[in-house]
Amino acid sequence: MPDENWPLYEVFIRSRSGLSHRHAGSVHAADDQMALDHARDAYTRRNEGVSIWVVRSSEIVASDPAESAAFFDPAADKIYRHPTFYEIPDGVENL
Amino acid sequence: MLLKYVLRLGDNALVLGQRLSELLTQAPELEEELANANFALDYIGQARLFYSYAGELEGKERTEDDFGFLRDGNEFRNVLLVEQPNGHFGDAIVRQFLFESFYALQLEALTRCSAARVAEIAARAVKEIHYHLRHVSQWLVRLGDGTDESHSRMQQSLDDQWRFTGELFAGDEVDGAFEREWDGPRLAELEKIWNENVDAVLADATLTRPAAQWMDGGGRRGRHTEHFGYLIAEMQFLQRAYPGARW
Repeated sequence: MPDENWPLYEVFIRSRSGLSHRHAGSVHAADDQMALDHARDAYTRRNEGVSIWVVRSSEIVASDPAESAAFFDPAADKIYRHPTFYEIPDGVENL
Repeated sequence: MLLKYVLRLGDNALVLGQRLSELLTQAPELEEELANANFALDYIGQARLFYSYAGELEGKERTEDDFGFLRDGNEFRNVLLVEQPNGHFGDAIVRQFLFESFYALQLEALTRCSAARVAEIAARAVKEIHYHLRHVSQWLVRLGDGTDESHSRMQQSLDDQWRFTGELFAGDEVDGAFEREWDGPRLAELEKIWNENVDAVLADATLTRPAAQWMDGGGRRGRHTEHFGYLIAEMQFLQRAYPGARW
């Protein structure tokens, strides 16, 4: 009975060897602590993670798909922004 | 003596595993359903470990399944609290809370006992039970400190099941022997801590601790409440009707 008493939360999990939390799915819960428990039960059963973030879905601000052209297309043809024009000197192992 | 002690642990775990399995499709929300399924599996896993060890101790080649499905009701040595029916969601939460507040302490003490296998199993189980306890404590507080109806229902559940809590700490000669020979848990100490912990959570939940009363008992001697017969019948029916049946 998902209703206004059990809002939707988005779940982000960081795996043991990972650096960032990745979106794993969503859960319904009555409050924040329960959302954590539910996320742990639903998304870490197979040892997928060591850290969980839950955020109420209503708090997430997302980009508007209708504006994605203006948002993202200009970056597609600016190759000078990519870090691929260095000459790496001999003897430098790690850069 | 060690065998009897281990069988009691296995029986508590199996009966609770069965009770929690009965909650499948009954939870208020899908995620709660997953949680309860996980808890049931945790308990069944613990029961398997305890029964396997009991089979080795006994030396008559009885397997986990023999202990679980082929013993009669009066051979089971679980405490009465775990066989109480699920009732409504609040009843199950109160039962879990009262038992798991105790079980967590018992397992912690068992990790320090000198019966090595028991300590190993306890070390694994205690992490699971800590999570269970966290989960049900939160529910107890949410429902107790909730609406008038949830509060009164929870208070009723607490009053109804309080008389089974005394048995958890009423040690008998098996507990005494285990304490002496294997450095087992000292029930009087556990009871003190249990009282503190339970009082703290009940206060959070704005529930009133029931008055001191007569405590029911007898589970350890194989004398169970009327609910146990139904539970055993359901659990054992398949093995009894089709002996030796396998998947």
